Amino acid sequence: MHEPITDRKEFYQVLTRNIRIRILLVSIIPMMLTLGILCRQFHLAYSEKISAHIGELVLKHTQNIDTFLKEKLGNIRYLARQLSITEPDMAQQFLTSQLSELKDEYGDVFTDLGLVDSDGIQFAYEGPFRLVNADYSEAAWFLKSMDSPYYISDVFAGLRGHPHFILAVKLSAQGRTYILRSTINFTTFNSLVENVQIGRTGTAFIVNAQGQLQTHPRSGTKEIVPSFIADPTIFKDEHTLILKHKNDKGNTCLYALTLFKTVDWRMVFRQDAGDALRDMWNAELFTLIIFLVGCTAIVSVSFTLSKNLVKRIARADRKNEAMNQQVVESGKLASIGRLAAGIAHEINNPVAIMVEEAGWMSDLLEEEAGMTPDGRSEFNRAIAQITTQGRRCKDITHKLLSFARKSDATEADIDINETIREIVELTAQMARYNNVTISTRLAPDLPFIRFSPSELQQVILNLTNNAIDAMGKDGGTVEIVTGVKTQDDNWIEIKVDDNGPGIPAQYLDRIFDPFFTTKAVGKGTGLGLSICYGIIQKMGGTIEVESHVGQGTRFLIRLPVNVRQTTKPSTSDTTNNL
Amino acid sequence: MKGTPLPHTRLLIVDDEQSFVDVLTNRLSRRGIDVVKAYSGAQALQALRQNIFDVMVLDLKMEDMDGIEVLKIVRKMAPDLPVIILTGHGSRTAAEDGMTLGAFDYLTKPCELKELMEKISLARQAKNKQNGETNK
Repeated sequence: MHEPITDRKEFYQVLTRNIRIRILLVSIIPMMLTLGILCRQFHLAYSEKISAHIGELVLKHTQNIDTFLKEKLGNIRYLARQLSITEPDMAQQFLTSQLSELKDEYGDVFTDLGLVDSDGIQFAYEGPFRLVNADYSEAAWFLKSMDSPYYISDVFAGLRGHPHFILAVKLSAQGRTYILRSTINFTTFNSLVENVQIGRTGTAFIVNAQGQLQTHPRSGTKEIVPSFIADPTIFKDEHTLILKHKNDKGNTCLYALTLFKTVDWRMVFRQDAGDALRDMWNAELFTLIIFLVGCTAIVSVSFTLSKNLVKRIARADRKNEAMNQQVVESGKLASIGRLAAGIAHEINNPVAIMVEEAGWMSDLLEEEAGMTPDGRSEFNRAIAQITTQGRRCKDITHKLLSFARKSDATEADIDINETIREIVELTAQMARYNNVTISTRLAPDLPFIRFSPSELQQVILNLTNNAIDAMGKDGGTVEIVTGVKTQDDNWIEIKVDDNGPGIPAQYLDRIFDPFFTTKAVGKGTGLGLSICYGIIQKMGGTIEVESHVGQGTRFLIRLPVNVRQTTKPSTSDTTNNL
Repeated sequence: MKGTPLPHTRLLIVDDEQSFVDVLTNRLSRRGIDVVKAYSGAQALQALRQNIFDVMVLDLKMEDMDGIEVLKIVRKMAPDLPVIILTGHGSRTAAEDGMTLGAFDYLTKPCELKELMEKISLARQAKNKQNGETNK
């Protein structure tokens, strides 16, 4: 009638899984998509912002340095225009006075001033080194300065042996070409670049067109200049360039490059990508943690929720099943009742005729002469026997009829004791066959109770049948006791006690569950007690079980006296004199 | 002769079980009761129209007419005729229906003859008493 338990289990498992998958799908996927899109947008926006920031910073510093160089170059060019005398002593005086003025004005920016003739001989010099008559004819800066109106050299050690760079301006006087040169204090210049620091790893430096360092990068870092920086094509038309580069160690660095206007150098800013985007990574990590925590929560909720939901569904299904079963059972009982009533009626008539005919024979026998006394007494005995057996038939049919009368499911005021008596009479035969004695101890004057007779029959029948089944072939006793408890509330108590094997403790809390059975497969539906439970609960009563293995089991039913105590309907005595 | 003597009691017995009616008639006649048999409701009503009875014994379940129907008509035709319902159907409700319709008493089959005789006797006495009252 219902699917096997294994199919059911599988069905619930599939149901659980489906619910779980749906919960996960509708919650995690949108969350993942939203987070993914947000993170990506944030990532792009943040990276762009950082790039723009670095680019701006580098550009500003490049402009500063450009301005610095242009200004210093402007100073030297101004001096070159002022210089009209090329006589060595006069020139020396000019340089001395001008350097001191420059130092007054700019501090320690200009280290020295020198005038070199077209042969590369520095015939006048003012500065801390002894470089008068130094020969620069072979120096790269000298050769380059001779080709253009002014020139800024790369940083080099030169004759003095420590890094410096030269601003050189070509001038003509009295038909000859001279070079006015000045050395810029390297430390002052370096500090302009060294100050550009961002984060832990951000550092700025200047390289020349060959990619050689022109400044000391931030103290403590050893700068390896990637070769691409020297490549002039990477700039294309742009002035500022921001790019990412992965070095040999696998670290990705962010580079910002800018070309100087005054000199063929590049400003380079370099920062570890991780360092530059640290805040972003932190925010993204935090988001990821929240996401994972959320996912864990969703997963655990999906598990518990689906499990609970399916448990409830299963419980409702079982309840439903039990209710259906109860309807079927009571329907069965009712049709058995109707059948029994029909049979009883059909049998009553012939039995009545038989009994009457026997009576007629007895009447006739009274006047019959010529019989031996023995024969007569034997006839009388036989007739009496027919009458007795007729009466026995009547007893049986009347029990059946009485049972049938109560298989009606409509509620009525019923006498519990009477119902119990009838059940006991009906099951007595089966009980005897199983060596079971059913006894009753019924309290007199039980109040009538409003109950469906067939349902009460079902409950008592189920309990007694269970008890008989449990005792097996060894037999035992079943006692049904009724009583009234009036102290707290008005309760009618029905106890069904047996001295059977008892129920193991681990089963006790499950015996009222639908489909729970300890009987062999095919012997029990596991619904009997659950139906009892349902009926009693519907009537506002309780059913409890108490059992000790080896001693026996007691089912205690308590029913509220829910109607005012009705007096027994007056029945004429004759009804009971069957 | 056995049982309570009921001389000159005119009894109408109605049942579609002919054998039952026959044997009961034999036994009751033997005890001095004047019995008229009816094997159906129609016959019973016919007999009622022709004769006057002291007591009526009526089956509830019959082929042609339901006993309850017969009882209703009888109550109209002869309101003072006591009717004893004798039914094979142990259904108390049917018998109780009969009682509410004014049946004197009821018995279920199979019954002891002694019991039936007692009820007939009681019914007869009740009728006499009633008649006595009305005659006054």
